[in-house]
Amino acid sequence: MAERIKEHPILGVQEKGKPVDFFFDGKKISGYEGEPIAAALKAAGVMIHRYTQKQHKPRGIFCAIGRCTDCVMVVDGVPNVRTCITPLKAGMDVKTQYGASDKPFDEQGV
Amino acid sequence: MINDRSRDIGPFVPADDDDMLICRCEEVTKGEIRRAVHEGMWTITEIRRYLRAGMGLCQGQTCSRLVKGIAAKELGVSPAELEPATSRVPMRPIEMRIFANEIKEGEEV
Amino acid sequence: MKRYDLIIVGAGPSGLSAAIEAAKRGLEVVVFDENEKPGGQLFKQIHKFFGSKEHRAKTRGFVIGKELLEEADKAGVKVELDAAVIGLYQDKEVVVKIGDGIKHFKGDSIIIATGAAENMVTFPGWTLPGVIGAGAAQTMINLHGVLPGKRVLMLGTGNVGLVVSFQLMQCGCEVAALADAAPRVGGYGVHAAKVARCGVPFYLSHTIVKAEGEDRVTGVTIAEVDKNFKFIPGTEKYFDVDTICLAVGLSPMSQLLKMAGCKMEDNPKRGGQVPLCDKYGRTSLPGVIAAGDVSGIEEASSAMIEGRMAGLIAAEYLGFIEKEELDGELERLEKSLKELRQGMFAPKNRGKAVEKTDEGIDISENLLKKGYVADDEIERYPGVIHKIGVHPVIECTQNIPCNPCQDACPKGCISIGDNITSLPIAVNDSQCINCGMCVASCSGQAIFLVDEDCGGGFASVTLPYEFLPLPKEGTKGKALGRNGKPACDAEVVSVKSMKAFDKTNLLTVKVPKEYAMKARFFKAEP
Repeated sequence: MAERIKEHPILGVQEKGKPVDFFFDGKKISGYEGEPIAAALKAAGVMIHRYTQKQHKPRGIFCAIGRCTDCVMVVDGVPNVRTCITPLKAGMDVKTQYGASDKPFDEQGV
Repeated sequence: MINDRSRDIGPFVPADDDDMLICRCEEVTKGEIRRAVHEGMWTITEIRRYLRAGMGLCQGQTCSRLVKGIAAKELGVSPAELEPATSRVPMRPIEMRIFANEIKEGEEV
Repeated sequence: MKRYDLIIVGAGPSGLSAAIEAAKRGLEVVVFDENEKPGGQLFKQIHKFFGSKEHRAKTRGFVIGKELLEEADKAGVKVELDAAVIGLYQDKEVVVKIGDGIKHFKGDSIIIATGAAENMVTFPGWTLPGVIGAGAAQTMINLHGVLPGKRVLMLGTGNVGLVVSFQLMQCGCEVAALADAAPRVGGYGVHAAKVARCGVPFYLSHTIVKAEGEDRVTGVTIAEVDKNFKFIPGTEKYFDVDTICLAVGLSPMSQLLKMAGCKMEDNPKRGGQVPLCDKYGRTSLPGVIAAGDVSGIEEASSAMIEGRMAGLIAAEYLGFIEKEELDGELERLEKSLKELRQGMFAPKNRGKAVEKTDEGIDISENLLKKGYVADDEIERYPGVIHKIGVHPVIECTQNIPCNPCQDACPKGCISIGDNITSLPIAVNDSQCINCGMCVASCSGQAIFLVDEDCGGGFASVTLPYEFLPLPKEGTKGKALGRNGKPACDAEVVSVKSMKAFDKTNLLTVKVPKEYAMKARFFKAEP
């Protein structure tokens, strides 16, 4: 399980946005407004962001700066959203991505 | 030398790590890339088109250097001799609706 | 289509520096950056920088970033964020994604300062969640305040691998080990030493066999490799980790330059595909200039100088300044850049196995293989002397471009001379006043204040300490050796935290006399 840094020896207490709730696969979890969705998920212990189209393998954060596109998820109904650079908003609906869909592969008939 | 297509690079020899994933986006393996070279895809551009390696969401940001290394080894040349793939618009993943939405000067974004 | 005198791609250290110089000369400048915030990687750099005063040495990267932004603001630079440049055409037309649309711009001159991307290596399991780039780890901890995991294996001992390992420990992660396929530590010895003295083992000539785990990393197996980088059977080592960090080098992100039609080359000494350019960054296309890592991988300090050069070149190209002014400024900047490009880590020495320092002293074998200078090697360096009373012991053993310690000492106890890559010398006849400024200003955390005999059979050692919780006076624990192993019992006798030390706390520990030249870190009793 990951956790948040409470106090940093160099950076001190890092400033955060206001606490907000959002949804991960329908489950309510909380994060800070404006932080990347991926950071909020990481702090909540979520490692798997998606399963790949061909091999159905799990993927998560890899580059954390929007380059590698491994952390994409379905956000508010839109697939392929890079969660590591997309700011969190209250009430966001974040879903694990299967291929390019939020429906698990068996429901997609794959 | 790289364009001398009459050069014999030998047959494709299967290896233990052929199932290693190289292109993370399009899920292309090392074996597929090596085989493609033996099937005549000698340039990075050809390999991209043939296998889609480096043509997924990240546009080769992660794997292009790896693909180059594998192809070069198969061809028996230094990676520096292989031209990288063509650089094209759009350089970043972008939705078609945005790509098609050209904003003229004076219009609000 | 809007026209600008100068369009800069990338608001990192070089792009911002370029913008500042050009805007000061009267050019209408815009900087596009795809990120939400400007500064590039500077805001993730929480360590003190190397170099000399004019390179902002001993200032932490994120502070330099803040100052650069203020300077840009004052100069009237316009920075467009969330603006990804998706195309660059030969006639200097720039296509940018802004918000939900596409905009075209025309620049009379263009500076490409897009920086670099991380290289990757493959191994079974490398796509598992929990395998991340070292840059990702740095982004998570230093920008977003979230730990990537609890226990980390770092692959790569270049400066990125070393610095990120230390930073991971600073926020409470455990670094299980550092591994590198190369036979020698790639980064600065001082960076390696500060990681090693915390007890992190280094495995050189080792790389990852496999990341273990089904749907996330649960462990990693590494093994030794031979000269041909083939695994040696029977040398496998398993580590129980939840995160694997990859720090295996950077490649220039030069695709836009290629797209525009600049002549390119593949240059391993510069890190890969780079534009062919003159020493100031002028590419084969008139008015298109490259600055920073995109034209060759170096440090942020050099990127800032290259950026300033590029901004001035654009100003002269468009007639905003005269050739004489440009030449004068370039000469000054080039001199500063040359200083940074000296020493054993200079770009020209990349790939070379340097055996001796410029002074003719053997480089520590142990440092290159295990990350720390062995007790029997340390005495041969000119910063290590013995004398009565408190005195600085400078464990700086490689020629790197850095000299703040020389200026830090008000008493002249430390001498480097004019060449900033020379090894610091501890001056025998100067009187140390125990102020601690040298300890705090050493970006490599390689200076200790030692009193080899402070009475009662004890010695005192003052060491730099950048961890939490900060031990208090009277805290008991173990002194660790350079190798990170407990050497002897120790007690904290003083803790100094001053503004001038800039978050580097000075811990003075009391140890038995015979450990004066061995005790280099402190670990409190649990």
